Amino acid sequence: MSKGLKSQPVVKKRDNIEKFERNNALSKNSQYRKTKDKKLKAGLKRIDQKYKNAVSSAASTEYLLPETRGFLEAEDEMEKTFKVTQAEIKDAVDVSTAQNALNLKLKEFGPYHINYSRNGRNLLICGRKGHVASMDWRKGELRAELHLNETCHAATYLQNEQYFAVAQKKYAFIYDHEGIELHRLKQHIEVTQMEFLPYHYLLATAGRSGFLKYQDVTTGQLVAELRTKLGPTLAMTQNPWNAIVHLGHSNGTVTLWAPNMPTPLARLLSARGPVTGVAIDRQGYYMATTGADKSMKIWDIRNFRELHNLENLPTPGSGVTISDTGVLALSRGPHVTLWKGALSSAKSSRPYFGSSGLADRNTPYMTHLFAGNKVTNMQFVPFEDLLGVGHSGGVTNLIVPGAGEANYDALEINPFETAKQRQEQEVRTLLNKLPADSISLDPDMIGTVEKRASSARLTARDLAEITTQKERDLKNNKDIPAVKPETKSKNSGLRAFLRKKNQNVIDERKLRVEKQLEKEKAARQRKELVKRGEQAEDHKDLVSEALSRFS
Amino acid sequence: MKIKTISRSADDYVPVKSTQESQLPRNLDPALHPFERAREYTRALNATKMERMFAKPFVGQMGHGHRDGVYVIAKNYNVLNKLATASADGIVKYWNMGTREELASFRAHYGLVTGLCVTPQHLSGSKNSNQMLSCGDDRTVKLWSVNSDDFAHTDEANVNNGDGLLKTFRGEFAFQGIDHHRTKANFVTGGAKIQLWDLNRSRPLEDLSWGADNVSTVKFNQNEGDVLASAGSDNSIVLYDLRTNSATQKIIHSMRVNNMCWNPMEPFNFAVASEDHNAYYYDMRNMSRALHVFKDHVSAVMDVDFSPTGDEIVTGSYDKTIRIYQVKHGHSRELYHTKRMQHVFQVKYTMDSKYIVSGSDDGNVRLWRAKAWERSSVKSMREKNKLEYDEKLKERFKFMPEIRRISRHRHAPKVVKKAQEIKQVELNSIKRRETNERRTRRDMEFVPERKKQIVGFVHEYKNRKDESKTNDSDEE
Repeated sequence: MSKGLKSQPVVKKRDNIEKFERNNALSKNSQYRKTKDKKLKAGLKRIDQKYKNAVSSAASTEYLLPETRGFLEAEDEMEKTFKVTQAEIKDAVDVSTAQNALNLKLKEFGPYHINYSRNGRNLLICGRKGHVASMDWRKGELRAELHLNETCHAATYLQNEQYFAVAQKKYAFIYDHEGIELHRLKQHIEVTQMEFLPYHYLLATAGRSGFLKYQDVTTGQLVAELRTKLGPTLAMTQNPWNAIVHLGHSNGTVTLWAPNMPTPLARLLSARGPVTGVAIDRQGYYMATTGADKSMKIWDIRNFRELHNLENLPTPGSGVTISDTGVLALSRGPHVTLWKGALSSAKSSRPYFGSSGLADRNTPYMTHLFAGNKVTNMQFVPFEDLLGVGHSGGVTNLIVPGAGEANYDALEINPFETAKQRQEQEVRTLLNKLPADSISLDPDMIGTVEKRASSARLTARDLAEITTQKERDLKNNKDIPAVKPETKSKNSGLRAFLRKKNQNVIDERKLRVEKQLEKEKAARQRKELVKRGEQAEDHKDLVSEALSRFS
Repeated sequence: MKIKTISRSADDYVPVKSTQESQLPRNLDPALHPFERAREYTRALNATKMERMFAKPFVGQMGHGHRDGVYVIAKNYNVLNKLATASADGIVKYWNMGTREELASFRAHYGLVTGLCVTPQHLSGSKNSNQMLSCGDDRTVKLWSVNSDDFAHTDEANVNNGDGLLKTFRGEFAFQGIDHHRTKANFVTGGAKIQLWDLNRSRPLEDLSWGADNVSTVKFNQNEGDVLASAGSDNSIVLYDLRTNSATQKIIHSMRVNNMCWNPMEPFNFAVASEDHNAYYYDMRNMSRALHVFKDHVSAVMDVDFSPTGDEIVTGSYDKTIRIYQVKHGHSRELYHTKRMQHVFQVKYTMDSKYIVSGSDDGNVRLWRAKAWERSSVKSMREKNKLEYDEKLKERFKFMPEIRRISRHRHAPKVVKKAQEIKQVELNSIKRRETNERRTRRDMEFVPERKKQIVGFVHEYKNRKDESKTNDSDEE
């Protein structure tokens, strides 16, 4: 009975618990079992129990989620999902979804670059010839339309649809929701790629200059200017999980950057030609790249391991993107090909274009052809089963069942937010803005003990020993060359040491060296005298010995 | 071909009427919440900064205070908002803490009032009336009624000359401290002797003295009513049990004990304020060592009081500061001072544990917040939730360097700061001397910090290890 009283509240084991586990969970390595300190152990145990309860109760809420994920399934073996056309899908789905399959035919100012706002409500399109428009695409309301009369390479919304940045011919500009120019970012020259890091409020730009620049949009400061030294940047994406920026270069490498490091955090050789597209999934596990050498690669970027390597695509890929549910989209000229379940190390998940009659092959999930139009960029619409595609003939939304996250978290990103909610959310995110220099490969580092630090690695006794050892070394002149009376004066190590040091700086060490030199000199002279027989070997100068204590 | 897509109807998510709350569906999947840890840390940092911004500890002073230094303050354990204070000029005042107004004022004694306590409610007759006992240098103990019916005219003179006086007890010597039994009609007085009195008799019942020295403070245990402790000018702490009418234990400190307080939640534990700049926490069952030592003051600790929750103590010191300690931590979490506050002789928690009352040499009775950033205003549910959440966050990230720095930073008066530095130098030199001595004397005994202040005790405590050793030797 006493055992029952003592035991912790039982945490029910659920099937979906793994989804809610954190990587840095205490229980995984069960540190507390090893500790001998009872108080510490009890505290750690309590924390662990709390964590387990939290995970379990989070897992138990999953079945309350109101929406379910979409799907596209073949009913028999003869049917192939990639044979289904958009027209067929539109006929099959409900009216509101079919209406969402936007198709803007904009022949004049293309090719178009697109960007959806974080909640997917607004669409920003940017034509190469200077046509920029921000719209509530579902309602069909145009918010801002600009004809900039110069080349525009990219456009992106900032924290919400109230502001957007456009990479124009020479500079990047920031406009407000009505299209009024607010800022000219004159430090961002010849930008072709832009990413906004929402939790750090940073606008990252890269382009022909070969620089990656971070601008803090709240304070207007240029946080970092990183020289890539790899020529024009061809592809850029952010890792949404840790805000690391991945750049693709013409020599086939993908480099990982954080604003507090002047050199890349990692370099991955991903193609034999220029890298044309990079994409990362939302949890920062996998990366897909395409190269001009007709290759596509899938990486596990947690350990930088290559999972799949597709060489010899029919034509070189121009871009990739990954949806919230892990659907991989590849664009090649006018083609768009999508795979499901390609992000895994299993052999069966390797994407193929056709089955070749084999059963266990990851054939495309869907395909689409924009006849005569080259695709410029693609983006999955957040929380929708849609893939937005910008191409030379305008902008099209493809319906991709099962691509979107069905259940959003309204306190994080709310697609149905009111103006008031948007304002409040903006203030809240500003208060929680993360410092730019906190960006690192592991976003959960903060609040943990740095195991490399000497104070954590060593015990107090070891630390004390090291410091006393150092002091002892100094006292015994271990840090400077030894006294050697047998060498010639000019060859003395001490003299060489003195020569190396700055002539006009007198510090404690220099004084010690000089003293040692004098000692060496005296020993040498004495040795000489002994050699000449003018002095006995065991001669002791009693006077100097007696007086030496005063020196 | 089976096809289904996400299709959210706006009717389900967007409120139809403006009065309707909008739907806020949650999804706790960690994938939807990047930078969870980092954002939480940022929130904790903001919460800590907000805490320091809202930290305004001083509430106000009681009325116009006293004309002379306030050396005694007594709590009313039964009522939240009443307080009794007495000063060096023999005046006793009774206050309403809510309005900070004076309710009664008596010229109680000739010379110093040395002790004051409010008698328990059940002994004072009706529910609304209260009585208090005061003792002074003039060899009397006086019982006062602070029921407002007993004295109607307090307005012009502001000093009552005995309207509330119910009874006078006369003694043979100047009294030094007084405390009333929680349930019985008994009280004890300190002084040249420690005496037990009955409210209904004019002569003391018992003389509990052990040794011949002056007893400066006596305190009844509020839970186990028959146990009391005293501290005197022979640097001793003595425990008595009224059930056997005898003293049970006596320990001698290296320096004088100024005041003491029993833990209201753990009745066998008590804290003492010592002249050696520290406060100590003892277990009456084993007083061979202190449970905790509360350091940080730079002058004698004059008073110590427990929060009614039993997890915090407040100390007032001769260095003109008040500090608040958590019972489980040796260093203070809070430091209160004002430019005008002189040596603090009395500090008391109010019975709701939200405020602290201090009496100092300058004659003012000050009211402080126990949590400097807390406000007692009525809060909405949302505000309450936010504060609770912030509290948890601060707790979680309290060891982060930035947060620790901000939350620990306090402005100390220049004098205190300087004294701290000097004290540190002194302590270091003592320590150094000791290590030097230890180098030559290998057999030198190591005295833990918790035992350093104890010079001796009357009844030896048997150490379990020692016991087993002696047993072994007996067998041999």
